[in-house]
Amino acid sequence: MLATAIIVFREVLEAALIIGIVLAASQGVARRGLWVAGGIAGGILGAAAVAAGADAIAAAVEGIGQEVFNATILLAAVGMLGWHNIWMTRHGRELTLAANRLGAAVRAGTRPLWALAAVVGLAVLREGSEVVLFLYGIAAAGGGGPVAMAIGGALGLAAGVAAGATLYLGLVRIPMRHLFAVTSWLVLLLAAGMASQAAAFLMQADLLPPLGANLWNTSFVLTDQSLVGRVLHTLIGYTAQPAGIQLVFYVATLLVIGSLMRLTGSGRTARSPRTPSPDPRLQPGE
Amino acid sequence: MHRLVVIALLMVCAVPAAAVAQVPAIALSIRDHQFVPAEVAVPTGAKVELIVRNEQAVPAEFESTSLHREKIVTAGSAVSVYVGPLDPGRYEFFDDFYPASRGFVVVR
Repeated sequence: MLATAIIVFREVLEAALIIGIVLAASQGVARRGLWVAGGIAGGILGAAAVAAGADAIAAAVEGIGQEVFNATILLAAVGMLGWHNIWMTRHGRELTLAANRLGAAVRAGTRPLWALAAVVGLAVLREGSEVVLFLYGIAAAGGGGPVAMAIGGALGLAAGVAAGATLYLGLVRIPMRHLFAVTSWLVLLLAAGMASQAAAFLMQADLLPPLGANLWNTSFVLTDQSLVGRVLHTLIGYTAQPAGIQLVFYVATLLVIGSLMRLTGSGRTARSPRTPSPDPRLQPGE
Repeated sequence: MHRLVVIALLMVCAVPAAAVAQVPAIALSIRDHQFVPAEVAVPTGAKVELIVRNEQAVPAEFESTSLHREKIVTAGSAVSVYVGPLDPGRYEFFDDFYPASRGFVVVR
């Protein structure tokens, strides 16, 4: 039962942290709960489908189907996170102003909440499919009994959700005017970490060279398997022994999304009469 | 420019296909939450294919931090995991669904 709880907790933790960030990033936006709930529901359905087709996925693309599938999901999420951040630097300021005058109704229709809902769905699908596969395997093997499995699964789920909720509640204590900058950074680092994970899968599939199998090894400080290591793995893409290609993907994602945010954000500022700052590069939230 | 892209794509597609044709295969089983054999010897700088067969009734996930490998092996099935070329050393792997189970790729 405890073993089941731990495995389920680990898989749920990753998705829950991502959902915590998404909820904080969409704080104050009308109907965001529906979008996020839709993402979770879609992710759970997708997870069941992926678990059911696990053998077919593994056998696809000459045996590298699992790797290609995981990398595709991760890169799709990176795209959505990047799109959201770039869109927000362009329109975030108007939205804050609109909120004061016209209320949340204006914001709900214009903001790309679908991108965040998709990120939630993809995260739940990826982690959830492992949970489904694992629990189904135990159930099919008849080990431990269904009650112990259900209790273990529920405990793991509850602990994972609690971790995500803690992150969310911590983030929303940040004053609204700083929250946007903080969540932008969190989303950017989340995207870079996912890109690095995608690179690892493509390297495993032999579609990319490692460019140095292990650049460094910080496992004497923090292992990937430890709780803190897992949390940091999700939040900022921590890995104790990164390969060169992972670092390339990580830095490239930071640079591409970061510079696109800067470009769209500063273009906006230059044209806007409401922000007469002498140096547009020093605008907050960029 | 377009020709370069096409050539690059062909190279990307050709590399794994060529690699699959040549590398030696090593069988590795997961049995009662243990890897059999628990140590796999690989020559320095060589590339090998580990054929990981899950002989259990429950799914497993072959995972290694130092080898950067992470692959689900459903009950009763087998997957290919390519490793190398590697520097000499001991590279640990484990079943992520049953982390107490450990094995090593020993490169020398």
